[in-house]
Amino acid sequence: MSRPGSGARRHGDPRNLISIGDLGPDVADGIEEVMRLTDSFVEVSERAIPKVPTLRGRTVVSLFFEDSTRTRLSFETAAKRLSADTMTFSVGTSSVKKGESLRDTVETIEAMGVDAIVVRHASSGVPRQVAQWAEASVINAGDGWHEHPTQALLDCYTIRQRAGGVAGKRIAIVGDVKHSRVARSDVGAFTALGAEVTLVAPPTLLPPSLDGWPVKVSHDLDSVLASTDVCYLLRMQRERMSEALVPSLREYTALYGLTARRADLLPEHALIMHPGPMNRGVEIAAEVAERQGAVIVDQVRNGVAVRMAVLFLLLGSGTEWGGESDR
Amino acid sequence: MAERERRLTPPYGGVFVARTRVMSADDMQRATWRMAHEIIERNHGLDGVVLIGLQTGGVPLAARLAEALRQIEGIEVPVGCLDVAFYRDDIGLRPVLPEAVTDIPGDLDGHTVVLVDDVLFTGRTIRAALDALTDYGRARAVQLAVMVDRGHRELPIRPDFVGKNLPTRRDEVVDVAADGVDLGEMVK
Amino acid sequence: MTDTQTRKADVAQALVIRGGRVIDRTGERHVDVAVAEDGTIAAVGTDLDPASLGLHGATVLDATGCVVAPGLVDIHTHLREPGREEAETVETGSRAAALGGYTAVLAMPNTEPAIDSAAVVRQVLDAGRDAGLCDVRASGAITVGRRGEALAPMGEMAALGVRLFTDDGCGVQDDRLMRRALEYASGLPGPVTLAQHCEVEALSEGGHMHEGEWSSRLGIPGIPPEAEELMVFRDIALARLTGAKVHFQHLSTAGAVELVRQAKARGLPVTAEATPHHFTLTHAEVASYDPVFKVNPPLRTADDVAAVKAGLADGTIDAIATDHAPHAQELKEAPFDHAPCGMLGLETALALAVTELVEPGVLSLADVLAAMSWRPAEIGGMADTQGRPIAEGEPANIVVFDPTEEWTVDPTQLASRSRNTPYAGRTVRGKVRHTLLCGEPTVLDGKAQR
Repeated sequence: MSRPGSGARRHGDPRNLISIGDLGPDVADGIEEVMRLTDSFVEVSERAIPKVPTLRGRTVVSLFFEDSTRTRLSFETAAKRLSADTMTFSVGTSSVKKGESLRDTVETIEAMGVDAIVVRHASSGVPRQVAQWAEASVINAGDGWHEHPTQALLDCYTIRQRAGGVAGKRIAIVGDVKHSRVARSDVGAFTALGAEVTLVAPPTLLPPSLDGWPVKVSHDLDSVLASTDVCYLLRMQRERMSEALVPSLREYTALYGLTARRADLLPEHALIMHPGPMNRGVEIAAEVAERQGAVIVDQVRNGVAVRMAVLFLLLGSGTEWGGESDR
Repeated sequence: MAERERRLTPPYGGVFVARTRVMSADDMQRATWRMAHEIIERNHGLDGVVLIGLQTGGVPLAARLAEALRQIEGIEVPVGCLDVAFYRDDIGLRPVLPEAVTDIPGDLDGHTVVLVDDVLFTGRTIRAALDALTDYGRARAVQLAVMVDRGHRELPIRPDFVGKNLPTRRDEVVDVAADGVDLGEMVK
Repeated sequence: MTDTQTRKADVAQALVIRGGRVIDRTGERHVDVAVAEDGTIAAVGTDLDPASLGLHGATVLDATGCVVAPGLVDIHTHLREPGREEAETVETGSRAAALGGYTAVLAMPNTEPAIDSAAVVRQVLDAGRDAGLCDVRASGAITVGRRGEALAPMGEMAALGVRLFTDDGCGVQDDRLMRRALEYASGLPGPVTLAQHCEVEALSEGGHMHEGEWSSRLGIPGIPPEAEELMVFRDIALARLTGAKVHFQHLSTAGAVELVRQAKARGLPVTAEATPHHFTLTHAEVASYDPVFKVNPPLRTADDVAAVKAGLADGTIDAIATDHAPHAQELKEAPFDHAPCGMLGLETALALAVTELVEPGVLSLADVLAAMSWRPAEIGGMADTQGRPIAEGEPANIVVFDPTEEWTVDPTQLASRSRNTPYAGRTVRGKVRHTLLCGEPTVLDGKAQR
């Protein structure tokens, strides 16, 4: 049984990173490999000149059908620090608006001779479709409710960096799991590495079926916090209010927000994480985001090094995910 | 180098079919001491000298050279390690991941860097290392120490300190280990 | 139909189908079938001699190892004309039908404009006659523009021979309007059936696949089975209230099959159909995110597939209908949630029925033919000329197929104008050799004749 978010592939996809399940026949090995490599890129990032010539002459295209300046900048910074050329295919000003089909767009980009396409789309599955039509490596930068694998990798790296490892950690993922690509990738990655994951959300914000998800579920945040090593808060979208999924933001915050009072229930060592951008005062109280243990800024910082590692593995290493790593 | 070379020179990850010991552990120790003396002599002491071992074969040799220098001169020379995986000229062609995180002790501006590797072969690794070093500052000079120079250079690179010059065929494999140096043939 | 027969008579020639195994509603026998120039069956018997029947120069079609049966009847076909001719036309759809062994198709009304008036009915029927590849019948919309707001002029359409009304593509959401439609239709001259695409939109809206394990994993909004079952339940209640006949289109859930089973047990005038894809494929296919697997009702669970097969086996489900729904390639190369619903079916339905139902022993070949020929002919109101027994004097609407021949589905070889088959690369058994429409071969040796 494949894990949540692992999509169709039980075996890794050696060319692309679309789902956490693409990281190899043994997902945990694949994640460990990315994390080890990330160490090297963290070292590169700390240098006076944080740049290596590794991907000179390679071209990485950002194909963002959905705005996300943070993620796009993180990928483009990663590519530039590897000396790759970067291009942005800005959908807002392109022929996509004029009704060009997804496939035509991809084939146009391919014809320019690119090595990697970083895809973001509001529809689940688009990166998988793009990969079918493209020779280039495809990296999923977030698709619909499906997956956001590099976010999960940087989350794993941040937990490893700040808490020594992911295995055995009790991780609570709190909030709108149903509509969250981050949650799907995180559940796949955290559980592959041996963490105990508890989803904490109202039933309306959980996926309709959790068959095959190796997680526990709770609707009572207070009772979970005391035995939590990592409290991972998901962004609460305001538009969920109009869909009758929760009565009001106020009630959501009252039941599921990490208020200062609730944060005090967490063990001293607990980490507080959020994929950003935060709705301060909704899923997380403003002062909680600043407290000891909140590693939200570390997540962003590690994002660049993790994405360098992913780009290097796909374009520069000549290895395949989880294949013979020749270390 | 040898470690990496064995896995990365076709046939990758092969098995030795015939091997001859060309240096014993004692030979290596004597060569290390000689090279240490040469480093001191060439640099008129150890002022500003930094040893940088290349991952992975050069790292233990750099440590042993540093120990020899300490015993001879009573000075602790800074030792670092460098992985050239991001600077290779065959990226994407061969499967190579970094062995370890590069660790350079401080800014190299004005220092004399002695690069240390186990085997000098085509010179491509040293070329990559020279590129990498420039990202850590402008060294006053860069010198090269290797345990074995087996020839077959593809670039204009020459070692400053050599443990042993060893004529080889291109398809032979040189294996530098803690207990000695072997020359042999390999099959997949 | 008379027009078709007359025109055919001009060009038809006598035929003898020799050595086949005839299966029709009267049973099964090894006999030859002789077809006269006028498009009717001249004789049925062993070792027929055409000359002695006065059929000079008759072509002999070898049917050794083949089944000879009444032509298949599809009561759920989207021919896309008028309005979406880039996806399919009446002509290309009829050709696909003939190649699939069909001699009659019932065009669904969700064209642009919808088939909701006598004018559009006439247009579709004329196009079918011009193509001459299949007996093309039209269904009519229940409501104007299929908008679910006001009754369409069912009377004027019924006068042109429309016998089945549906808003297919959508279900009639308004309970009261559906009640009125059933009551009104029962007073029309000529027996008509109202057919329902069962989907409560309040529950299905925004969904793109079956709601469950796979939708949760893939992050695609789901459609719960209850969206279908609630409307089946309502229409069973309305059938009881009004006494009018209701036909349930493309049943896809175990719950819906069970509701129909219970309604039939209570003697209510309901019938039902299921599609080949709902007894062949499950929602796990969507893991590829290929919109070729997007269809409405969506592909469901393995349990639902088993329930559909059980429904076919015990007669709860009367008919196999294709829901042949062509879509232009570029529309199916969109993101999954933007792509239209529907998949091709006409050219693969018989093979899938043989492969998925006959070979595993769910249905006999005779059961499959009942579900694909004479029973749908009755539901679609065309039992006068379609699904007839293979007997002297009957119109020669006949399919000859080899139930054992293996072939691999290749989208580029399909006659449909579209390519959206979900079975590309799949190896199936059962291949149509010849199709006769009123005695005229529309398909000979697997090749369309026009």
